[in-house]
Amino acid sequence: MAQHINKKARFHSLTANRLLDGEPVYLTGDNGWSEVLTDAVIADGKDEGAKLMDIATQAVKDQHVVNPYLFDVDVDGDKPKPISVREQIRATGPTVRLDLGKQAS
Amino acid sequence: MYRYDEFDHTIVKERVTEFTGQVKRRLAGELTEDEFKPLRLMNGLYLQLHAYMLRVAIPYGTLSGTQMRMLAHVARKYDKGYGHFTTRQNIQYNWPKLKDVPDILADLATVEMHAIQTSGNCIRNVTSDQYAGVAAGEIDDPRIWAEILRQWSTFHPEYTFLPRKFKIAVTGHSNDRAAIKMHDVGIIIVEGENGEPAFDIYAGGGQGRTPMVAHLVGEKIPARDLLHFMDAIMRVYNMHGRRDNLYKARIKILVHALGAEEFARQVKEEFAKGGAGEDLKLPDGEIERIRAYFAPPAYETLPDTDAAYEKALAEDKAFAQWARTNLADHKVPGYAIVNISLKPIGGIAGDASDAQMDAVADIAEAFSFDEVRVTHEQNLTLPDVKKSDLYEVWKRLDAALLATPNIGLISDMIVCPGLDYCDLANARSISIGQMISERFADLDKEHDIGELKVKISGCINACGHHHVGHIGILGVDKKGVEFYQVTLGGSADENAAVGDIVGPAFTEEQIVGAIETIVETYVANRQDGEIFLETYRRIGIDPFKETLYAAA
Ligand code: HEM
Ligand code: SF4
Repeated sequence: MAQHINKKARFHSLTANRLLDGEPVYLTGDNGWSEVLTDAVIADGKDEGAKLMDIATQAVKDQHVVNPYLFDVDVDGDKPKPISVREQIRATGPTVRLDLGKQAS
Repeated sequence: MYRYDEFDHTIVKERVTEFTGQVKRRLAGELTEDEFKPLRLMNGLYLQLHAYMLRVAIPYGTLSGTQMRMLAHVARKYDKGYGHFTTRQNIQYNWPKLKDVPDILADLATVEMHAIQTSGNCIRNVTSDQYAGVAAGEIDDPRIWAEILRQWSTFHPEYTFLPRKFKIAVTGHSNDRAAIKMHDVGIIIVEGENGEPAFDIYAGGGQGRTPMVAHLVGEKIPARDLLHFMDAIMRVYNMHGRRDNLYKARIKILVHALGAEEFARQVKEEFAKGGAGEDLKLPDGEIERIRAYFAPPAYETLPDTDAAYEKALAEDKAFAQWARTNLADHKVPGYAIVNISLKPIGGIAGDASDAQMDAVADIAEAFSFDEVRVTHEQNLTLPDVKKSDLYEVWKRLDAALLATPNIGLISDMIVCPGLDYCDLANARSISIGQMISERFADLDKEHDIGELKVKISGCINACGHHHVGHIGILGVDKKGVEFYQVTLGGSADENAAVGDIVGPAFTEEQIVGAIETIVETYVANRQDGEIFLETYRRIGIDPFKETLYAAA
């Protein structure tokens, strides 16, 4: 699997898949989950990242999401911007079917 | 075609009921994800980049019109109106919701379909030659033996938790269209004693991060000993296969570590011990019972040529172009094998819409004894079409946008889902395939280039068979950016070989140009009638390295 985190990167957001339909969701500042990447809360540094992971682990136990992980972001204004192509595609949908995925709605 | 007996019906129904209960308990919070994941994987349900993904088995790639129509129904009702045919002759749906999966499986079960043996560390769905039973020169119909292997391996208690997944392919023809030497076990039917079929059995092939070509470990194994011999292979593998390291757990690693000769010796020793041998001996009646399911349809006695067909060929250029690439010789005079390309220029390899699946079902029912095949190259085949019907079949395929005339040409690529769908991917595959297909879209140019197999994988797992592409393309990840490594000279047929890496990887912007340079280098160096692979095998990799990297 592709590496989601680069050791040197400072900012991270947390994503997971919703249990019911597999939809990618992002952990928000009020411990909720949003389908939109730019709603994600940004962790500055390792410790803040670990805190997000704790919240996500509980959400997995609560049957809400599965497969949570942190990924590298740049901070654009106050919004997260994914660095890897993978997270860009995950946040929008297949680049070869613009009628499908998040980008379609 | 194979029809379920009572036993098959029962196990599939029980499995649907069981999984329905498991999904309910998962959604009610009674099962954790760690408990549920292995259960969903036993039912072909993966979690991908954007959603769940359901893989449905099409045993040895054969299905009826009714079954194809059910695949269309699932795409329409539960998914987003399409499905993806894979190199393992299965179909994948990219958007099912977990809560719908029990209903999908129940619908599939009504037409004897399921997702069993499509994932997990078991003996997977057995694959075969798409021309099984209809190719001229075939020794025996491989589906008979694939079905016997299926019955032996489904839910076999010893083979449900193997060190790793296990893939078997069978062909009855000396032209290998099933890539048997790239499988854990590959079986070629040969002529045995008294005109009975026998088997040459190869073991230890595979792709992934350590690609290997299989070795011959059993020669001319008599038909009735097939399962006994397979059992001996599985026992040796189960005994020594490494469970400690996921990457070393495939049988190819064991065969390599022991050496093919030593592995074969141990298998023979295990075989000689008898073991379950007597129980596994196939009684004559059983072979004949299965054979009857694959009895040839009621062919008409026809002359081999058909005047109307010849006339259409002469008068309709588009039809003639299609006939040139998409037809293959049938063993019965007056019939042809029709290949349906799922590689429209600039399209997505292996994808078909619900309407297209319905159209294929209709055409198969009307013109091909109600049978469709899925090929490991992600196309479809109508095995039994009368030559006199070909023009009509072509018109109907064309109306469904299914008449791309490119079988075997450069735009007929194998392409894995890659980073557009796959959670494990490093890079996109589909978009690269689309760009290459568009770059070589000129049909005359494609014909001039001739047979050329391009295969693309988005990561080293090699679902897109890049190791055995004449030109293979592998997506790699460099700090979150997509790069593409190229291999040359691979082949998946009877002269199977793993390709050689040509040099440093290319960027997304460079890769199509690089493929063009490779093709130009071949054209400049080829001798009369040589296809790409032959030229490559004659001149080696250096001329390609020079043209690709000299300018840099
Ligand atoms: C999108 C979801 C998929 C996932 C998660 C997946 C996963 C994998 C993994 C992990 C391997 C490596 C196995 C190993 O080395 O032991 C593999 C190999 C393979 N997969 Fe997939 N795959 C996917 C889709 C596909 C598709 C769409 C096809 C057909 C086009 C396919 C056909 C194969 C084949 C032929 C191999 C090589 C077999 C070998 O290792 O010898 N897979 N897959
Ligand atoms: S080769 Fe890699 S990217 Fe492609 S489908 Fe297989 S696992 Fe996914």
